[in-house]
Amino acid sequence: MEKAKTEGKPVIKEKLATASKKYHEFMDDAQFVNDRQRWINNGRKFIMFLFKLVIIVGVCYVILGPVIGIISSSFFSDADNYNPMVYLIPQAPTLDRYKVAMQYLNYWKTMFSSLLYSGTLMVIQVFICSMVGYGFARFDFPLKKILFALVVVMIVIPTHTIMLPLYMTFAQFDVFGLIKLFTGSAINLLSTPVPMYIMTFFGCGLRSGLYIYIFNQFFRGLPKEIEEAALVDGASTWYTYLRIMLINALPSVVTVAIFSLVWQYNDTFYAKLFLISDSIVISKKISTIEASISNVEKILDPNILELYVDAGIVLIMIPIVIIYIALQKQFIEGVERSGIVG
Amino acid sequence: MRPIINREKEREEEQVKERVKVRAVAREREPRIKKRRLSLSQRRGISGLLFILPWLIGFIWFYARSLFMTVQFSLSDLTVNTGGGYSLAFVGLQNFIYAFRVHPTYKQVLVTSLGNMLIDVPLITFFSLFMAILLNQKFKGRTLVRAIFFLPVILSSGAISDAMDLARTMMSGGISSASAEMAAATTTGVSVQYYIQMFSALGIPQSLIEYVSGAVNRISDIVNASGIQIIIFIAALQSIPSSMYEVAKIEGATSYETFWKVTFPMVLPHVITNIVYTVVDSFTNSDVVDLAYTTAFEDMNYGLSSVFSLVSTVITCLILVIVCRFIQKRTFYYN
Repeated sequence: MEKAKTEGKPVIKEKLATASKKYHEFMDDAQFVNDRQRWINNGRKFIMFLFKLVIIVGVCYVILGPVIGIISSSFFSDADNYNPMVYLIPQAPTLDRYKVAMQYLNYWKTMFSSLLYSGTLMVIQVFICSMVGYGFARFDFPLKKILFALVVVMIVIPTHTIMLPLYMTFAQFDVFGLIKLFTGSAINLLSTPVPMYIMTFFGCGLRSGLYIYIFNQFFRGLPKEIEEAALVDGASTWYTYLRIMLINALPSVVTVAIFSLVWQYNDTFYAKLFLISDSIVISKKISTIEASISNVEKILDPNILELYVDAGIVLIMIPIVIIYIALQKQFIEGVERSGIVG
Repeated sequence: MRPIINREKEREEEQVKERVKVRAVAREREPRIKKRRLSLSQRRGISGLLFILPWLIGFIWFYARSLFMTVQFSLSDLTVNTGGGYSLAFVGLQNFIYAFRVHPTYKQVLVTSLGNMLIDVPLITFFSLFMAILLNQKFKGRTLVRAIFFLPVILSSGAISDAMDLARTMMSGGISSASAEMAAATTTGVSVQYYIQMFSALGIPQSLIEYVSGAVNRISDIVNASGIQIIIFIAALQSIPSSMYEVAKIEGATSYETFWKVTFPMVLPHVITNIVYTVVDSFTNSDVVDLAYTTAFEDMNYGLSSVFSLVSTVITCLILVIVCRFIQKRTFYYN
């Protein structure tokens, strides 16, 4: 028994020594493992970063490529256009294309009336669509669900399905036969912008369904307490809507305003359908500029003509891009917050 | 003692009488209060109807009536009178029969547009989800990149987009021509054709390879069509509560698992919204619409044009309903 006791001590010591050795080895290993893990992690992060960079830069190029191409070729002179060595940067840049394009577009006047046209329509769109959206979001009335389903139907059914009847309606415009009763015949509203104003005023303008939907979603997300407080304080529903709800809905107002302004400005479908004069709709005028320049200026090479059209397109894009850059932050934030999502 | 007790009794009686009176008054008032409440909700209902009234009139006047008229036109032969106005002669299904049996290009145009739509929709959806996830992360210059990505939404209609298409094909360094060049180039050592052959030798079905290479070729179309979809997905991603990601992290989920178990199910309801946008958008820009337009306003065949737009609208709506049902069954609604 005693022997065993005395012999036991060095055994324990040995064991301890080996254990500590093993422990240190293990720790060294662990350190190494950690290092390796860190390197792998860093490498993985770097590869992911490269991957994202490549994708983002690539997609940005896909989007911006044609814009850059249009802008650069609008400065090309004839010689540059025929020179195969010239790519994107012209050797002898000229402003001639812009001068001619401005002259044929009648730029300042057309731009002013075009912006006026889309601007007034935008104001009507924002006002009417927010009103309808508010009505759907906060009031209960019979058949509400079915009526709201009709708004969705309006979004889903393309306008092209009903273009013929619309054309017919405005070619022979009449309200319950009243106009015919007083003036003898129905009026032809085509080739004026009036049909667009009428349709927009009755909440059926360009993509109005979408705007109603956006406003409805946003108003539903606002707390009800605000309105209750207003009601207790004795505000009427209209006052509440105009002075409280509409102001709170600023993000979606900005979103809808930009959408409707830009889409209206770009729209050629309704302009063609209602034969609206191209001195009001500048985006319709651009499609005729090529033919008129080739006829009057006697330029027959389509490649050269294309340069004039490019200059015209840059001229048309300028106001949109200015608006977009100015309101870009509010727009994106508005879109993200304004319940464009269901 | 007695008078005091009497007084007390009298007081009690008076109190009881008052209580009875108050109750009676209250009982009288009760129905009035009820009535007023009803009238409040009714009044709110009426003002709600007033709020939506302009739209309601417009919808009935322009949409419902026009849809009815389109159906009517498609079933009849329409002639425009000289003094304005038009007359209809009922011809039954003759226009439909003509469109499908006699018209030289309609069937082909319809099938190719629908085919393109069916190819584009999943591509656009996945691409925009992917890009939204990328753009939702924080990195330097994010606002600039987002601004660029939403640019197609701004420039996406009418004359400008036509010019863009032209510029895209004109630019010698553009994507589509680049891939065509690469496909043609065999001397550089990078030959797309070679890889395509290699993949098909590996046993990957030919149709899949063609689909993928076609998608790569059309990347610019897809990018330009997915502006709004990216916006919607970003909004959806931001509406996911961060606590869910925390839970996933604590439970030790990898980012792959987090995507499939948290992000994807939460985003799925918005996939439906996106599909609706994409389908309607691609239908609006399709050749069927152009055909209907030229038939109506150049050939003056209004009946046939109505048939064209009616048939394609019905088919689109059917596709939408089927797809939405299919996804809705698999969708988990958080709220």
